[in-house]
Amino acid sequence: MSRAVLHVAQAGPHVSVQDGGRLGWLRYGVTESGPMDRLAFARANAALGNPAGAAGIEISLGGLTVDCAEGAVTLAIAGGGFVVESASGTGGSWTVVTLRRGERLVIRRGPWGAWTYLQPAGRLVARPWLGSVATHAPSGIGGGMLAAGQEIVIEDARVLQKVEGGLPCPVAARPRHEVAVVLGPQDRFFTREAIAALVGAPYRLTDAYDRMGVRLRGPQLVPEGALSIPSEPILRGSIQVAGDGAPAVLLADHQTTGGYPKIATIVSAHLDGFVQLRPHEVVRFHAVTPEEAVGLARLRSGRRQPFVR
Amino acid sequence: MPDATFPRFVPVADCGLLVEFGDTVGGPAHAGVLALDRALAARPVPGQRETVPAYVNLMVVFDPAETDHAAVTRAVRERMAHPPEARSTGRLHEVPVCYEAEFARDMAAVVDQTGLSAEAVIAAHLAGEYEVHLYGFAPGYAYMAGVPEPIRLPRKPAPVRGIPAGSVIIAGPQCIVTTVTMPAGWWVLGRSPARILTSDPDRPFLFDVGDRVRFTRIDRADFDRLSGDGA
Repeated sequence: MSRAVLHVAQAGPHVSVQDGGRLGWLRYGVTESGPMDRLAFARANAALGNPAGAAGIEISLGGLTVDCAEGAVTLAIAGGGFVVESASGTGGSWTVVTLRRGERLVIRRGPWGAWTYLQPAGRLVARPWLGSVATHAPSGIGGGMLAAGQEIVIEDARVLQKVEGGLPCPVAARPRHEVAVVLGPQDRFFTREAIAALVGAPYRLTDAYDRMGVRLRGPQLVPEGALSIPSEPILRGSIQVAGDGAPAVLLADHQTTGGYPKIATIVSAHLDGFVQLRPHEVVRFHAVTPEEAVGLARLRSGRRQPFVR
Repeated sequence: MPDATFPRFVPVADCGLLVEFGDTVGGPAHAGVLALDRALAARPVPGQRETVPAYVNLMVVFDPAETDHAAVTRAVRERMAHPPEARSTGRLHEVPVCYEAEFARDMAAVVDQTGLSAEAVIAAHLAGEYEVHLYGFAPGYAYMAGVPEPIRLPRKPAPVRGIPAGSVIIAGPQCIVTTVTMPAGWWVLGRSPARILTSDPDRPFLFDVGDRVRFTRIDRADFDRLSGDGA
């Protein structure tokens, strides 16, 4: 069996091993982790004919540089508008390249987007926990964060010359500035004015942005008499408001329970586009009914049918 | 006491239904949570992905491609009308704790705030009868209710970084044995060699929600022995 070894020459913060996620363990305090942008991750795997949840590397705006120390492997890069430099030249993400021994691959921030995915044609070797190598960044559980000096080993590494070249970047993979939410589950703790601000006023993402979530800057949303509601289950996309009135969107590594009131929850279909917004970019929320949210989810799973599950 | 406003069914985005049984910790709501959790384990609703029990409510996570909030609400109501047979109380676990000074960084502060001696604080912690109410915050963090009144303290004003795995921490009526090194704003009373993350693939977590816990005191030699033998 052929094997490829990539040496990490540089890795920015928040660069980690991810697979489809650690699903089904919320009741034990274990969040799903997995890719921030599930659509881009799935497209990268699909480009290589990989199983939908195959492990790869999630790359933040900090970028990643690897040198191929052994073997050769074809790699798909999808998500955001990153810059990719390889032996075949300089281009954008949404591409498939082959890296051979002695060659360098540089992935760095480009004109848009916040996350991109590097998926190998082969099996990325990482230590699983509960059947998944997805990294839970706050605890380090799973395949782990990447740092300079580390090696990435890919077993069953394949070279797939016929899929090399550009990948189509779907419209749904672009950053989404208009994001649908379902109000609640604790919107009752907020005044009508606060809810009107959430769904009317522009908010900006801040630099307080990692895999657990992102704090937003905009009109304050002070909850009324809800500073100590009993800790309750949280889903990805929850917009929770701490005592200071600043909303935060909880993302892939969100805590599974929490006692701050959640004013609204972003619909699943819009999360991939939301996470591709960068700090300081503007987002506007609009409310949809739960029925409309289910409709959006079905539309999205239909659109993704050839690629996922 | 029955309350006409509960149970309440609150939709969450496109894939969750929060079933609320009350709004205060310590009342009858948690029994409703446990009963529904058992009912949904015995007879999952179509499209159910998982359930997440908490103090006063339970989240049903579902696949929006297969079902929706209204159908899940109907199915949950039907499960509540025909509950499975009541289970006996949860399993009882004995969890050893070493309270020696190097593991008990906040003992002095707890002594200071409670006016008790260190031995009295330890005795109070050991006297508690604890029940696992939910997991949260981080993998394997089981929130156990049952800290006796004399040693109930509000959490610290700000979390402290780098609290080691195995720390036995308290805040208010709650106690947690931590599983990974994380920040915590609770008071550290000791350390346990118990493995909450068991590394047993068939039973990866020591406790289920609803289980009961009793703490036992061990010395440093026992701690080292129990930590070393991979138990």
